[in-house]
Amino acid sequence: MSDTHAQTELFVRHEMIPPSEPPALETGAIKWLRENLFSGWLNTILTILGLLVVFGLARLFLPWFLHGVWNANSLGECREIIAQTWGPDASGACWAMIRERWNQFMFGFYPRELYWRPVLALLFLLVGLAPVLYSELSSKLVAAGAVIAALIVVLAYNYGVWLPVGMLVTIAAVSAILDARGAKWPRNLLWFSALYPAVAFWLLWGGSVWLPFVAVLGFVLGFIVMRLVSAQLGAILGASAGAVAAVLWWSFGAGPLDEALIGMTGTARPFWLQTVTSDQFGGFVLAFTIGVTGIAASLPLGILLALGRRSDMPLVKVISVGFIEFIRGVPLITLLFVASLLLNYFLPPGTNFDIILRVIIMVTLFAAAYIAEVIRGGLAALPRGQYEAAAALGLDYWKSMRLVILPQALKISIPGIVSTFIGLFKDTTLVVFVGLLDPLKGITDAVRAAIEWKGIYWEPYLFVGSIFFIVCFSMSRYSMYLENKLKREHR
Amino acid sequence: MTMVSDTPKQRFRLGMLVYDTRYRSITIQTVVGILFMAGAWWLIDNLLSNLAQLGKSPSFAFLWNRAGYDIDQTLIPYTNDDTHFRAMLVGLANTILVSVLGCIAATVLGVVVGVLRLSKNWLIGRLMTVYVEMFRNVPVLLWILVVFAVFTDVTPSPNEFRVTESMLAEGIEPKASKIVFDSVAITNRGTYIPKPLFERSLGAIHIGFMPISLNTLAILAVVLASFLGWRALLRHATRVQEETGERPTTWWKSLLVLFAPITLLLMALGFHLEIPELAGFNFKGGIRVSNAFMALWLGLTLYTAAFIAEIVRAGILAVPKGQTEAAYALGFRPTLTMRLVILPQALRVIIPPLISQFLNLTKNSSLAIAVSYMDLRGTLGGITLNQTGRELECMLLLMLIYLALSLLISSVMNVYNSFVKLKER
Repeated sequence: MSDTHAQTELFVRHEMIPPSEPPALETGAIKWLRENLFSGWLNTILTILGLLVVFGLARLFLPWFLHGVWNANSLGECREIIAQTWGPDASGACWAMIRERWNQFMFGFYPRELYWRPVLALLFLLVGLAPVLYSELSSKLVAAGAVIAALIVVLAYNYGVWLPVGMLVTIAAVSAILDARGAKWPRNLLWFSALYPAVAFWLLWGGSVWLPFVAVLGFVLGFIVMRLVSAQLGAILGASAGAVAAVLWWSFGAGPLDEALIGMTGTARPFWLQTVTSDQFGGFVLAFTIGVTGIAASLPLGILLALGRRSDMPLVKVISVGFIEFIRGVPLITLLFVASLLLNYFLPPGTNFDIILRVIIMVTLFAAAYIAEVIRGGLAALPRGQYEAAAALGLDYWKSMRLVILPQALKISIPGIVSTFIGLFKDTTLVVFVGLLDPLKGITDAVRAAIEWKGIYWEPYLFVGSIFFIVCFSMSRYSMYLENKLKREHR
Repeated sequence: MTMVSDTPKQRFRLGMLVYDTRYRSITIQTVVGILFMAGAWWLIDNLLSNLAQLGKSPSFAFLWNRAGYDIDQTLIPYTNDDTHFRAMLVGLANTILVSVLGCIAATVLGVVVGVLRLSKNWLIGRLMTVYVEMFRNVPVLLWILVVFAVFTDVTPSPNEFRVTESMLAEGIEPKASKIVFDSVAITNRGTYIPKPLFERSLGAIHIGFMPISLNTLAILAVVLASFLGWRALLRHATRVQEETGERPTTWWKSLLVLFAPITLLLMALGFHLEIPELAGFNFKGGIRVSNAFMALWLGLTLYTAAFIAEIVRAGILAVPKGQTEAAYALGFRPTLTMRLVILPQALRVIIPPLISQFLNLTKNSSLAIAVSYMDLRGTLGGITLNQTGRELECMLLLMLIYLALSLLISSVMNVYNSFVKLKER
């Protein structure tokens, strides 16, 4: 064999021919263009049509957008400035309206000197959300925390109140102690997340701090009773005893204690904030109040309804199915009208409770029914083996749900749940039809009612729409992030 | 051999109500039942005492009183002398009209956008993504208001359509002109579209209070008959193909069967279109479609189509690529692959969420309140409610009708779904 090799050696190449350059049409930008835009006659037509649409839209909107005026006091002034700068026929946006009415869009008719309170509530919301949304500390999270802390200090300085800084220091101190005792950042902020609803309520509506305080005490009391009784008599009796204790506390204990505490502190500074009534709420403060409360409350209720719908107990099942199908069958507007027109019929004569609270209840019930259906899908998608495995391990119903079934079912339903949340947040605009000042129609109409902004249409819609877009789009991106993070199949 | 003895019958103890799973569910249901009844009783008791205090008693008799208000768009004959009940029906018809047209338009647009979003064309894919994200993440109320503002503020007034002698002489074009072969006028007072008319009309029959045009019935019957005839023709062709191996030419027969009868019927009825014309200060003739309707319809369509596009895209992506490849390997052409292999499988994924989008659109049509379109909520839940002060009865009726509508749509669509879903043995 070696002979043959020796003979043929002359004709064998020792090195490869260097690969020749690809033809010019097959490289770089040209290749990309050919493949992505002009790969066939149909694609070429589509590309040209697409370009025409883009150019058409740009020609229509870009000048209007760029000719925008930021400094003016009325629509007429805006138009004058545009006519002077860009010629009499030019069209232009009047962004000055946003600058001028920014506060109204954000806060509605919230008292001007108290703007720090909703802002603080929003900043604390971010703090409270951190441990819920993120389980591990990252440099981005630290940076966000530093920014929030700085903003709170600036806010306090600007408005000359030191309560925000005091609260910030308290949160940081308690969390640092928890950190030292083993709960790591941001997990150690969970206590604040649990407390946040009470804090936000106090900041937004004001009044005495003791009202949310005694309300929270009810939860604490219920929890302690549940723990004590559960240890002795089992989970079911424990949970019932806890619930009964909490209800008893709110019915009989909370009121006298509240009055006693208010009697002691009166309207002294850190214990009392100026009261703001619900009709002063408006704009994005209102949208966020309703949206965030609805989101937070509808998830647990939705889970319960979904479990109820899949329950073996006929009565529980019938009640859940009836509730879900009824709520899903009617438009939200009718439910809001029920809240504003009919709710008083169903309450003891003489009671009259807050319209925002009524709307929140209806929005929550509405979203809960949808979430229940989404979670039911997730529960149905789990293999039966998971239920059987949990039962084989000797877990009782609630333990198997909490430890085995729900974590998996909720993971499957994340996209559906988040899109329900997005829907809920968008639906907060409907409250305008029961007389609340939502940012989209309520505030916009109020702005247009002023003589100087009469006839302004596109700028407010664009502005409010962009804010909704930013919030909803980030929610959907977060759900994609969460899906990716929780993916267990293909690592 | 060992004998398995029966476990001794346990004596019932009170604790078993909680700890024994056999009895626990009964205990829980009893407690839930009692709480539910107590809650319901509390609400009803409150309701009755409140009504007694106000001196009202629930009654639907007001439905037969004179309504006394006008409705802009009436699909069934209505004057302000008619009853509230009839006004409610007019509103219901308006709700159904905008919902049905919205569902159709949203499906068409949504399917197109969904398919285009999957296109390999980079630019088109991005444009469609922008469209979908833009419309999904902003409240539908905003789109309705924006479209309404476009129709009332941007569209020309009827006066701008005017062509005068002097303009003709000087060769000046009018500021605005009608579109679609000079037949549709979009103005700030409403959109005017051609009206189908029949010279030799068959008249109408009255069923109850609803006049039903015999012309429409005849047209529907002929269309249905030609469709069935066409199906029979194709079946026949397939049978011949299976017997002889050769498929007879069907295309001209198909065209004939599909279009000849309807053309003949329309000619026999003397069908023609009445084109809206500018007369005086406004358009005369044709059908006037209010701006409120256009805004509601377009707003709902654009918004829902974005959701449907995502559903369609997900449905097509859910069919594994292997299915396409298998079809190609069997020698199917792309169109046949789409029709026989991809679509039937994609539809299974698409239909259920599509149903819920239709339901959402129907329920969102109650946003008519934003543009004062007289839908069910505008008549029954709006003016009737305010005039009679019967909040309880009106809202109850309103919710029941919406509930019935939703259940109807979902049951119809579920029947369709059971046709397309996977047939398992």
